[in-house]
Amino acid sequence: MAEKKVKLNELGLTKEDYKGQKSTLCLGCGHNAIVGQVISACFELNIPPEKVFKVSGIGCSSKAPTYFMKRSFGFNGLHGRMPSLATGAAFGDTSMIGIGVSGDGDTASIGMGQFKHITRRNLPFLYIVANNGVYGLTKGQFSATAEKGLALKKQGQNRYVPVDIVWEAIAGRASFVARTFSGDPQQLKALIMAGLHHRGIAVIDVISPCVTFNNQDDSFHSYAWGKSHEVALHKLSFVPPVEAIKVEYEKGESLDVPLFDGTHIILKKLAHDYEPTDRARALQMLEDANRQNELITGLIYINPKQKSLFDLYDLPDTPLNRLPDEKLRPSPESIEEINQLML
Amino acid sequence: MAKTTPEIKTQKVVNEFSVNIATVNGSGSQTANMTLIRSIFKMGIPVSGKNIFPSNIQGLPTWYKIRVSKYGYLARTQKTEIAVAMNPKTFTDDLNELIPGGVFLYADHIKEPILREDLLLCPMPVKTIVKQANPPRKLRDYVANMVYVGVLAYLLDIQLDTLKSALEFHFKGKQSAVDFNLSVIRDAFQWAENNLEIVSPFKVQPLNLTDGCHLAKGNTAGALGTIYGGMHFLSWYPITPATSLPEAIHAYAPDLRKDPETGKNTYVIIQAEDELAAIGMLVGAGWAGLRAMTATSGPGLSLMGEYASLAYFAEIPIVVWNVQRVGPSTGLPTRTAQGDVNLTYYLGQGDTEHVVLIPGSVKECFEFGWKALDLAELLQTPVFVLSDLDLGQNQWITPPFEYPDTPIERGKILWEEDLEKIKDDWGRYLDLDGDNIPYRTVPGNQHPKSAYFTRGTGHDDYAKYSEKPEDWEENLDRIKRKVDSSRNILPEPEITTRSGSKNGIIAFGSTDFAVREACDYLEAEGVKLDYLRLRALPVSSKVLEFIRKYERVYVIENNRDGQMHSILSLELPDRASDLVSLSHIDGLPLCAEWIKDAVLEEEKS
Repeated sequence: MAEKKVKLNELGLTKEDYKGQKSTLCLGCGHNAIVGQVISACFELNIPPEKVFKVSGIGCSSKAPTYFMKRSFGFNGLHGRMPSLATGAAFGDTSMIGIGVSGDGDTASIGMGQFKHITRRNLPFLYIVANNGVYGLTKGQFSATAEKGLALKKQGQNRYVPVDIVWEAIAGRASFVARTFSGDPQQLKALIMAGLHHRGIAVIDVISPCVTFNNQDDSFHSYAWGKSHEVALHKLSFVPPVEAIKVEYEKGESLDVPLFDGTHIILKKLAHDYEPTDRARALQMLEDANRQNELITGLIYINPKQKSLFDLYDLPDTPLNRLPDEKLRPSPESIEEINQLML
Repeated sequence: MAKTTPEIKTQKVVNEFSVNIATVNGSGSQTANMTLIRSIFKMGIPVSGKNIFPSNIQGLPTWYKIRVSKYGYLARTQKTEIAVAMNPKTFTDDLNELIPGGVFLYADHIKEPILREDLLLCPMPVKTIVKQANPPRKLRDYVANMVYVGVLAYLLDIQLDTLKSALEFHFKGKQSAVDFNLSVIRDAFQWAENNLEIVSPFKVQPLNLTDGCHLAKGNTAGALGTIYGGMHFLSWYPITPATSLPEAIHAYAPDLRKDPETGKNTYVIIQAEDELAAIGMLVGAGWAGLRAMTATSGPGLSLMGEYASLAYFAEIPIVVWNVQRVGPSTGLPTRTAQGDVNLTYYLGQGDTEHVVLIPGSVKECFEFGWKALDLAELLQTPVFVLSDLDLGQNQWITPPFEYPDTPIERGKILWEEDLEKIKDDWGRYLDLDGDNIPYRTVPGNQHPKSAYFTRGTGHDDYAKYSEKPEDWEENLDRIKRKVDSSRNILPEPEITTRSGSKNGIIAFGSTDFAVREACDYLEAEGVKLDYLRLRALPVSSKVLEFIRKYERVYVIENNRDGQMHSILSLELPDRASDLVSLSHIDGLPLCAEWIKDAVLEEEKS
């Protein structure tokens, strides 16, 4: 049998090098699609796996980091408290790339406070929400993103109106906010790639169906509803710097969003004439989509120039966790001056 | 003319009395009180100052208790020899608190009845003197406080020059502020000299007992110790009485922790959205190889429980200061206690038992500031520092802070070159050295073998998910052995013996001052006690040896249930009946009189 040619990326790594443990999520779970696209995006972007740290909270979603990038540092933290964990971890070595996977319960219920604060601080970090409207690990309770009126087996009808994670992220002044759908792998991958290159918080709300507890055809978070109601704002492509000059696009038909590191996001107009650079307009668009019963996907808001959390601290080029001891302890002479300040 | 009672004859008392100054919260009495305490300190007389304040910003009563003691007794005392009443609302209580023959200074515009005849009265024309000084309207209350400084200085024999140098220290060279305050003090002093008929029996006379010492608060010391300990990362959330610790880091770090070569900061400070996030950031930072600390108090610590438990289980170094206040619940947020001993020691779900350092002086707050960071990384576990409001927020005489005498300890961290040398698979929780402490790598390490997955769930030696019974048991047992082994390296207890003692006494933290004083009183009453001050949990074998030596050992603590007493009883169940718990909590620091009486009561039985 002829040897199968394995595709290598520029680092000489195979896609296998970007995989994790075998998924233990349900067959057909939307989250597996997210795992697959994170692997593809990192592989194609030639990101050294050791350059990534991955974190999560608690829930089905939060198991996802186990299933990608086994050569990356990982930390499965506490329910709703991935944002704080990520914030502390990111300062160890700010050249690392942080990827977090959270869920709708983890982000929009118990973790709402930390979610809003990580967006406000604009930590450079890819924050993926695997949003299925239901608690999976505890077997089928409503989550905060479940639509009003949703009927679940053990719960009856949902009484409350849902939290819109994208809306909350924009209100929280996140600098990159997108919504996509597990059933739209191309767009999902492009958004992950763009998010990984964005210097700031990149929130991607992925409608990611739960095939076990919440996949009824009329349910907002189901495959069927998503497929029939998805309205993509634009055709989105992520372009690395070397290719940027080669890309030709029709003026007036596409929007070029340059990122801080020389990469670009190209948004080719589809049905909507939408520029994702205005917060108020983004919120209005979400309201309209909601009224029209559309699952709007794409890059909903971006500000590539917003100062990131790292920019607010005047840190040395050497990562803090590699600073030699002598840089950490003030000089012996200084103690006398300090003592003189006490009386 | 002031109403005086000249028939009162009190013996002259030099350098051994206390002054209770009653003001209104927010009226700016801090400068006045600090000027007094610094002046007395500069005269070489041991002195302590305690702010007894309400949970309020402006308007409620507040007291400042100054204790002057040639014996060096710095604890709170129940006796008040001199009272200064500036607050009509507490006037009568302040009056009644005085010992017979005490001196009562009060603002003469307060028209409350004075029903005692056994006091030396000193009405002060506060408004007249303030009017004379003519300060801007908003400074009037503040300046009014300088009046009692001047009158007290006259009564106690504090020189104006001494007050001047105290003001100069306070205002750090702002000459106009020094001059203005001094002029009010001088006016008040002169008024007293010209008008007062009473002579205070309580006087200060210069000594040389404060030479080489400083005045400082435990929270400031803890902050500085942390900075010298090479802290990289501080995340915190404001809570009384811990707040001033992170704030002091905020104040001192920019000077002390700027890299002289690059001018860059070698630390990060984040004020978190709550304590849940503060400790979450801490755990992230500790995991990523940063020396990470926070400071909080009981309610905040309760919120930190779950991440503390995870850090214990996943073996992540972090340092958490608990500056205790009175609980349960919101309790008395501005009052002191030692009520979080159990909460801190056992913080977290499941079987957890933490390393706890317990400083008993300002100098030790500095020392444990850096030691805690070393121990956390050495042991790869959360280290708690248990302080309290009395130690943290009040002014104490302290010897100078000492530069750390051991190099920074980073523990077992493997970098690329270390991993290169390892032939076999590296396992995050493998006990290679047989000391129960595994090796760790931190994010940023680029070696292909470096990464591992940290989780709060069951794991094997290679950090792989595991629900196997033997994996769980072996791992948790090893962690217990690891924390247990710290008994040999944590700060040893401090033992003071008196010849012929048949009983012992154990205390910890800020009660040290009161306990030492009480032991002197007890010896005078014929009860000699050997004294052990605990400085860490889990306790060292020296503590157990100490307990075994005596017929009976008293355990003193500022809480209701005798929490340390129960911990010690569990350590030595066969001696539990000989451990006598003497605990007391009412919001105030323990005083020697209470300890003495409580011990005497027990000695009778």
